[in-house]
Amino acid sequence: MDGGGMWIAGYGAYVPRFRIAAEEITKIWGEEASRIKEGLGIAEKSVPDIDEDSATIAVEAARNAMYHAGLKDPTEIGAIFFGSESPPYAVKPAASIVAEAIQATPALTAADLEFACKAGTAGIQCVMGMCASGMIRYGMAIGSDTSQGRPGDALEYSAGAGGAAFILGGEKADAVADIKHTCSYTTDTPDFWRRPGADFPSHGGRFTGEPAYFKHVISASQMLMKETGVKAEDLDYAVFHQPNGKFPVQAAKMLGIEKGKIMPGLITPLIGNTYSAASMLGLAATLDVAKPGQRIMATSFGSGAGSDSFLIEVLDGIDAKRGRARAVKSFVDDKEYVDYGTYAKYRRKLKSL
Amino acid sequence: MTTGTGLALTWRKIPERYNLMGSKCDNCGESFFPSRKICPNCRRRGRIRKEKFSGKGKIYSYTLVASPPSGFELEAPYPMVIVQLDEGARVTAQLVDTAYENVKIGAPVQVVFRKIQEEGKEGLIHYGFKFKMTPGK
Ligand SMILES: [Zn+2]
Repeated sequence: MDGGGMWIAGYGAYVPRFRIAAEEITKIWGEEASRIKEGLGIAEKSVPDIDEDSATIAVEAARNAMYHAGLKDPTEIGAIFFGSESPPYAVKPAASIVAEAIQATPALTAADLEFACKAGTAGIQCVMGMCASGMIRYGMAIGSDTSQGRPGDALEYSAGAGGAAFILGGEKADAVADIKHTCSYTTDTPDFWRRPGADFPSHGGRFTGEPAYFKHVISASQMLMKETGVKAEDLDYAVFHQPNGKFPVQAAKMLGIEKGKIMPGLITPLIGNTYSAASMLGLAATLDVAKPGQRIMATSFGSGAGSDSFLIEVLDGIDAKRGRARAVKSFVDDKEYVDYGTYAKYRRKLKSL
Repeated sequence: MTTGTGLALTWRKIPERYNLMGSKCDNCGESFFPSRKICPNCRRRGRIRKEKFSGKGKIYSYTLVASPPSGFELEAPYPMVIVQLDEGARVTAQLVDTAYENVKIGAPVQVVFRKIQEEGKEGLIHYGFKFKMTPGK
């Protein structure tokens, strides 16, 4: 793919307001907070309110993306892809709920996608293809999750909630960034899964690291750099999927990318792993501070397993659109702490709820 | 299994519940939510059209619901507000993301998209508008 005609017209974020601190969870399970915070690199995570799910989060992110893009007529959106591993229905799309809530119906195509934490970036690639072929003028890809960890599992410290929506297409002169190139690396690697009807996922513990996350993230990123001829030093920023606060730092090191270049997009330490939204919120947070002409590499990861990598160049149009919608940082900073009891109620962790 | 005799009604209310679609009379200028087909002020001289409200407004009145109706037990206690929309119409809805002691008459609010109700574990999920206090105000 040569990336011709595939640019970002705008993007939007959403993170629920509630947070639970690692200390509050360790108190229940008798673990040492310092060991958890050190081991996972996560101090606190976002908790959705009892009336929030991946569809409501997607709608908030999608509406913010519409404000940011400045799209006057929502029916110009020709496709919506909703990427999630925690959809509200097993059968019935959430993409159509979003389409209705932004008034993009009825002349559009829509579908829900699932690929663990990378369904949102797979959606970006779908929209890129449809824009480049001329099938649609604008398309929206969303990553949104309210994922759960089994009580007492390490995932309970990391599974957060959030969403990000990207609108691609339109005129390049109005765009905030150009997607210069994308490529993917996919294999059948059983590191993490959830069977139908199961409340909580199963995972391979340490197996999720080396053969899963690192193999796919590094391979896709190296493939992107090889295909574009861009080297680590040519990048101004990099964003990686962030299941915890440690893996993306290690990935940057393995690729020879300075740690400072991933910091603007590293938000998992403060809101937890937002699954399908994690790399997209990281990219949004990076675009929030990036200047025209700067280059960003963004690489997602989904268990099962695969990575999508993107080379993005920031365009002049970004300055005119800044401040139209809430920045990622304003969501990260606006928070209210809850105790474990409230968290258990909001997440319906008690079987009778 | 067939379920929910209210499905058609729920479906018809989607524009109203998702996007605050009301109506406005161009003759007298009054806005209505829920929407009306005939203007009560102007009757036959009324010129009613659909209007999407901005979702911005101020708290006109509020109360704390401690004994909720069935289906809302998990959320109680929660604040209910009457919002005076910028366009003039008044809407009753839940207020979220806000501790009750911070709720004040006149405070600016904005619309949010939330789950309203779930029909048990297998039934339909109803979505729609609630309000939250406008951040930074
Ligand atoms: Zn009238």
